[in-house]
Amino acid sequence: MNAGAIYEVDGVLLVSIRADITDTDIVDLQDVLSERITGSGAQGVVIDISALDIVDTFVGRILAQLTGIARLLDAETYVVGMRPAVAMTLVELGMYLPDNHTALTLTHALEKMRTGKPR
Amino acid sequence: MILKGGREVASVKLDGDRSVALARSRVGDLMQKLGSRDLMKTRFVTAVSEIARNAVVHGGGGTLRLYEFARGDRIGIECTDDGPGIDDIDTAMTDGYSTRGSLGRGLGGAKRLAKDFEIVSPPAGGTIVRMTGLLGRRA
Repeated sequence: MNAGAIYEVDGVLLVSIRADITDTDIVDLQDVLSERITGSGAQGVVIDISALDIVDTFVGRILAQLTGIARLLDAETYVVGMRPAVAMTLVELGMYLPDNHTALTLTHALEKMRTGKPR
Repeated sequence: MILKGGREVASVKLDGDRSVALARSRVGDLMQKLGSRDLMKTRFVTAVSEIARNAVVHGGGGTLRLYEFARGDRIGIECTDDGPGIDDIDTAMTDGYSTRGSLGRGLGGAKRLAKDFEIVSPPAGGTIVRMTGLLGRRA
């Protein structure tokens, strides 16, 4: 898979998305990650987008879908590492990602998952 | 024409999603080289990503050309595609309108993110999108 590496740590799948990802790669990621959630019984997914220079409407939509799929498979998803300029641009595009939990860093995401505190 | 006075400095052939990623990095690298602020670069590269993807998905491929300007405060792009063109541009620009089950925020979003935006769909077919983005450098 070209989108990025997936690691499993303590029942959480950590995905770090590669910088020059293509649309095909990220759709593949959706596939592979769904399988991994079911296969591993992971309760949580953390998607690190700190390598992404931009998030456009396509990637934003896939991130939202990933969250939805993971939820149906009983796993909670956090998007971490969003750069401030990316957040500002997404809002201007009207992409508020309302269903995505976000956290500034992986550490914050894991902490929120452990304490069961959403957002 | 919003690219008046611009000088073409590079072009990217748009023929698949790998080329959309290449278009993003070419535009990002050029803005970086010209001293763009990070936010301005992020905004414009996002706009370019939307437009380049449209050319590939709806236009069956095309070409993206990059422009520099002597006054040095902005860059520009022209994206042409080989598709059937757009019948009703006003509708296509509306947020939420899509012919492909996507979000329909791409064109309108790109227009909001760019400094100047121009879209032409000649009767003979094809779509031409021109945009400029400010670098936001301190004078």
